[in-house]
Amino acid sequence: MIFDPTLAVVETRKVFAGEGPGTRAIFYLLSLATLVTFFAGVGLRLRKYYAGRPAAEGRFWRPSRKGEVQDVTTKPGLGAGLMKVATNKTVRRDKPSVGLAHLAVFWGFIGLFLATSILSLDYDIVRNFSRFFLGREYSFYHGPFYLAYNAVFNLAGVAAILGTAHLMGRRAAHKEPQLDYTRAFKPEAGYSRRQFRQGDWLFLWGLMTLFITGFLIQGLRIDEAHFPTFERWTWMGYLVGLAWHGVGVSAGLAAHIHPWIWWFHVLLALGFVAYIPFSKAMHMVTSPANLIVNDPANTRRLPQVPNGHSGYTELADFTPKERLAFDACTKCGRCHQVCPARTAGAPLSPRDLILDLRQWVDRQNHIPALLDREDRPDQSGPLAGETTLAGSVIASRTLWSCTTCMACVEVCPVGIEHVPTIVQMRRSLVDAGDMDPTLQSALQNIAQQGNSFGKSARMRARWTKGLDFTIPDARKEPVEFLWFVGDYASFDDRLQNLSRSVAKILHQAGVSFGILYDGERNAGNDVRRAGEEGLYEMLVEHNMAALSSANFESIFTTDPHSYNTLRNEYPAYGLEKPVRHYSELLTDLVLSGRIPVKALNKTVTYHDPCYLARYNRVMDAPRALIEALGCQLVEMPRNRTGSFCCGAGGGRIWMDDSFLEERPSENRMKEAVALGVDVFTVACPKDFAMFSDAVKTVGQEGKMVVTDIIQLLEEAFDTDRAMAMSVAQPQADGADANPGEGVSSEQGPQ
Amino acid sequence: MRIVVAMRQLADLVEELEVDDSGTDIDREFVKFVSNEWDEAALEEALLIKEQSGAEIVAVALDEPDVDQTLYTAIAKGADKAVKLTGLEEGWVSTHSRAKAIASWLGDQQWDLLLTGVQAADDLDGQLAGILAAQLQVPHAAVVVSAQTEGSSVKVSQELGGGTIVEETIALPAVLGIQTARQAPRYAPITRIRQAMQSGGLEEASVAGDLAEGRPTVRRLYPPEKTGHAEMLTGSASDVADKIIELLRAKGLVKS
Amino acid sequence: MASDVLVVAERSGGQFGDITFELLGKAKEIASALGGKAGVVLLGDTSGVDALGAADVVYTIDDPSLSNYNPEATEASLIGLLRQVEPRLLLMGTSTYGLDWGGALSVAWDAQLASYVVGLSLEGSDIIATSQLYGGKLFAEAVLDGERGIVTAIGGSFPAEAGRTGGSPEIVATSATASAGKVTFGAIKEPDKSGVDITSADLLVSVGRGIGSQDNLELVQELADALGSPLSASRPIIDQGWLPKPQQVGKSGQKVKPKAYLSFGISGAPEHLEGMRNADLIISCNTDENAPIFDVAHYGTTVDLFDLVPELAEKLGQ
Ligand SMILES: Cc1cc2nc3c(=O)[nH]c(=O)nc-3n(C[C@H](O)[C@H](O)[C@H](O)COP(=O)(O)OP(=O)(O)OC[C@H]3O[C@@H](n4cnc5c(N)ncnc54)[C@H](O)[C@@H]3O)c2cc1C
Ligand code: SF4
Ligand code: SF4
Repeated sequence: MIFDPTLAVVETRKVFAGEGPGTRAIFYLLSLATLVTFFAGVGLRLRKYYAGRPAAEGRFWRPSRKGEVQDVTTKPGLGAGLMKVATNKTVRRDKPSVGLAHLAVFWGFIGLFLATSILSLDYDIVRNFSRFFLGREYSFYHGPFYLAYNAVFNLAGVAAILGTAHLMGRRAAHKEPQLDYTRAFKPEAGYSRRQFRQGDWLFLWGLMTLFITGFLIQGLRIDEAHFPTFERWTWMGYLVGLAWHGVGVSAGLAAHIHPWIWWFHVLLALGFVAYIPFSKAMHMVTSPANLIVNDPANTRRLPQVPNGHSGYTELADFTPKERLAFDACTKCGRCHQVCPARTAGAPLSPRDLILDLRQWVDRQNHIPALLDREDRPDQSGPLAGETTLAGSVIASRTLWSCTTCMACVEVCPVGIEHVPTIVQMRRSLVDAGDMDPTLQSALQNIAQQGNSFGKSARMRARWTKGLDFTIPDARKEPVEFLWFVGDYASFDDRLQNLSRSVAKILHQAGVSFGILYDGERNAGNDVRRAGEEGLYEMLVEHNMAALSSANFESIFTTDPHSYNTLRNEYPAYGLEKPVRHYSELLTDLVLSGRIPVKALNKTVTYHDPCYLARYNRVMDAPRALIEALGCQLVEMPRNRTGSFCCGAGGGRIWMDDSFLEERPSENRMKEAVALGVDVFTVACPKDFAMFSDAVKTVGQEGKMVVTDIIQLLEEAFDTDRAMAMSVAQPQADGADANPGEGVSSEQGPQ
Repeated sequence: MRIVVAMRQLADLVEELEVDDSGTDIDREFVKFVSNEWDEAALEEALLIKEQSGAEIVAVALDEPDVDQTLYTAIAKGADKAVKLTGLEEGWVSTHSRAKAIASWLGDQQWDLLLTGVQAADDLDGQLAGILAAQLQVPHAAVVVSAQTEGSSVKVSQELGGGTIVEETIALPAVLGIQTARQAPRYAPITRIRQAMQSGGLEEASVAGDLAEGRPTVRRLYPPEKTGHAEMLTGSASDVADKIIELLRAKGLVKS
Repeated sequence: MASDVLVVAERSGGQFGDITFELLGKAKEIASALGGKAGVVLLGDTSGVDALGAADVVYTIDDPSLSNYNPEATEASLIGLLRQVEPRLLLMGTSTYGLDWGGALSVAWDAQLASYVVGLSLEGSDIIATSQLYGGKLFAEAVLDGERGIVTAIGGSFPAEAGRTGGSPEIVATSATASAGKVTFGAIKEPDKSGVDITSADLLVSVGRGIGSQDNLELVQELADALGSPLSASRPIIDQGWLPKPQQVGKSGQKVKPKAYLSFGISGAPEHLEGMRNADLIISCNTDENAPIFDVAHYGTTVDLFDLVPELAEKLGQ
């Protein structure tokens, strides 16, 4: 129950030393009321969760993972979840000092909670039961146990105090944007989040006061008892006792003050417990629970449309996991900090989104929130009554701002999955036709021609015309690799050159590969993320038909977006072949010597595409390739899974971005420019387009070159050796399936 | 209020159009057919009327390639019914023939207002609205940019050249050729189109007639020769800009 | 066989549009080859009749029912006149007039109809009409071999000069034919001309759907400012509400004839060309080398407008 390491006798102490039976009765009554309030609050929340729509048919918390090819992150589950909780791994990540402080508070609090529970076990249960049933009172709260108990839990208390102090200091001193509650979407009539700030401080000061008064009481008790030697095990309490003594509190005076502080401590503790389920403190329960039911696959492979709806339209659509996730948010603001939409000045902050949904869902469920809600003069947003969810509770502009870059999901310390929820709401926007006209025409084009360019489907492979060889049609002849080219690489004039380069290099390396020609359609990754699920399914059906008529061993893509959906989502529709990214394929070919290269001696930086690095953890291959080409890689501050989005994802490439204060791609380009390198390497056709533009808009044209890894490779390509190789070893055996690992000795500058 | 929206399929102008062996028609074999964009505006205007004052909307079209898609899309957007008129030969249907087919179907229908697109890219022998109205002997108006029903009449705005708008009131039944709807045609989510397909709501009615009635004989169809093609300015953006400024300067349009 | 050719005059604000003279010129050519007369039909009052000197006959139907635009009343009177005169050919513009009345007249008067005509000639007794179909992608040569024909022609296809010659035509006043009265005129609304006047400018910078979004308009506006010219646009830009209606060039917008017309991201749909093809100098920027605008432009470039426009603005700003 409550932390109360107060009183003691010889190698033990008397519990309730100074308090009479009346006081005890009051204490127990208050405790009971506290517990009732606490469990009532928890009950309300549980009821809210259990009223949710099951995550999938027959699955309450998590959809089944059947049909997934590979896992790129830890498998979800109780064990993995508990590990994350116990180590505070997700809290420590990116912010080690905050994480450590939190770890201290976390374990300190658990320690103190355990201490109280053990005491209660001894006093209320063991002693009472033994007296009642055995006629004699037993207790384990003495002797060595007592000493160890005090020593250990003193440590917990000190850790908790230090941790809390650090967190308070940070909050007070650092004006980090993530701790600022300014909204990204500004409601017309204004808003106030004063309560959030008050709630935070109440929580911190409440904890701090609890911890400190605990030690004060302990000190008084030891002072009262004239500092028995064995109490030195209660090291912190002993020191506090000495301090009491030092400031002139005699044993008698201590006995006098003791009950006052004790009552203060007890009332505070009881109040705190009762307050938990209605406040920020609830995260102590909901966050770990959320980390346990969290499944990192949910964002990589989007959930189904809720039954009977085309997207989220009402309260009943939220799954238990989502409802829990809303409660789990600690307002840490990390997602707010990394979100490219928020950074660019778009009216979206993933934090605000979650908080708005929490407040709205709680209001619909009549769950009171103490100092944990936003106030508005009107009934808009989260204060709205039963209304359309998407477009009203959450503004459509907000929902359309998301690039589905997944940065928020990646950094969220408590395992919230913002993206699937956003897409679910977008689905209902699409259903209502509430979208950018440009997105509408892109979707129309995709529906009609299978590509967003509105070009004839038959023109898809026209880019191959410029090649002096013919790429096999995988539907007509068997190939080892099927190249799923993608819209941008097929239709965008600038990118067609890159596609031809890829084809030429693979051809020269004697790789057996083919394409689907006009059988290919937009893979649908971004269509799905824009919320057009029906169109996505149509595209999948079409592509699956083409794929199943083709003969190949594995697929590779140049586009990380297509890569994601082919790899993570198509299996559910029957795709069984492995999917790779060209960066992986090229790396293999270079490292195994099948593509001979010369050292380039360039200094470059590399941009991790969201859908490659964060979504699919392909981060080493492009780096290995860059190095194998003799380039020195200078990392950008935001790299690998912490990469910053170019702004094109989730269908944003089809939407107007001129309202942004600064496009994400420009922000990113500036980051690269600051490194002092002049080559910006990408491994994604859309990135090439986005950053080639950004170079211009940030005025770096001519100073910074945007280059695709294939262009680097083309430049490094060793024609002489290739000639020699093709003489020595005709292309016939070029079909050796997975090129060996490692670099042959004479290979590239390593 | 029962509003009929006459829709049609048309060769997708995105595609490269080729002339067939006869030299008098496009090669229909490989071309992709899509809904006529002005008919989509007509449908949108009908939907707006329905939303404003209630109406039953029937989309009707001749059986032309991929017409099902267009009709199901109309249902997905809010049309109550869609009818496919079968029985005509495949090919380049003249507007007069098309009008006749629709008129014969309308004969045993109850309807108040018929909306259709102001034009189609191949309606050589004239635009549907006027022809159909004359055949049915009802009033009509074309190049309509707004239609709102008021009891047994419809208030329309027609656009004359130069942006001048004429407003008039037309007694129903009437036929209107829609130029633009009051708002851009809405998006039909594929899920809804598929739902419409699954519930299989297309009605069929057979009509008779020949293809080219009323159309002057086409003796040659050909891509325009690229005569007088512009002289192309090439080079970097900066080079091109210099050349353009030079040209303007020669005309005395740029000072100094 | 009949040998007269009739032209329906288009008049707004007492002024005839160029189309009337273009058609009249053509009518004269064909009528004289057929040995018939070139006539003009003047609906409503007779103002401006003096400008029609090139015609052989002017049929006036001076009736208040025709003084306002009304398809029903006009068609009734036109049919009345056609039955009376029985010409070989009736010429109109593929304007609102032609799009609105052409089809109905062809049914009521039982005539062959050719729309979107850009070329017209006589072969024996056959009228050969060349029409622009499929958005200008294909031309169709059609034979009007019937007794009666109606042609609606795209503005700017024939020289207007031939229809402007002087002369003293015979004026035949006819009376209106009553209609069923199902169409009631309400009001006429002139476009707001208070803003920019693109018709009197020597130089126009014009922008089309290639600009992508409203915010990008600023780019082109800067260029227009640098050149001291007004900004005009193709229809989609106006439809989106990005620029006011009076700034639209084309069939349903303004017809312009500046000394130079600079277009950016305009494909050159026939309706647009109609409004600007007579400019003295046309320079067009369009990334699609096959865009039809290049067929009327004197100079063209496929440089991306987003590269070219800032470059131009900058160079001019210096
Ligand atoms: C009765 C009627 C009246 C009409 N009246 C008019 C009228 O008065 N005026 C009018 O304009 N239209 C009119 N229209 C519409 C007309 O048919 C066309 O739809 C319209 O003109 C097309 O406008 P656009 O060229 O701007 O757009 P689009 O046809 O979409 O062309 C955009 C062009 O921009 C190019 N482009 C794209 N990006 C770039 C870039 N970055 N750099 C350079 N180029 C780029 C593309 O290649 C494309 O060719 C009328 C239609 C009807 C039926
Ligand atoms: S996915 Fe990216 S853009 Fe979307 S809310 Fe999360 S961080 Fe922001
Ligand atoms: S959603 Fe996660 S990352 Fe964002 S504020 Fe809440 S707890 Fe922090």
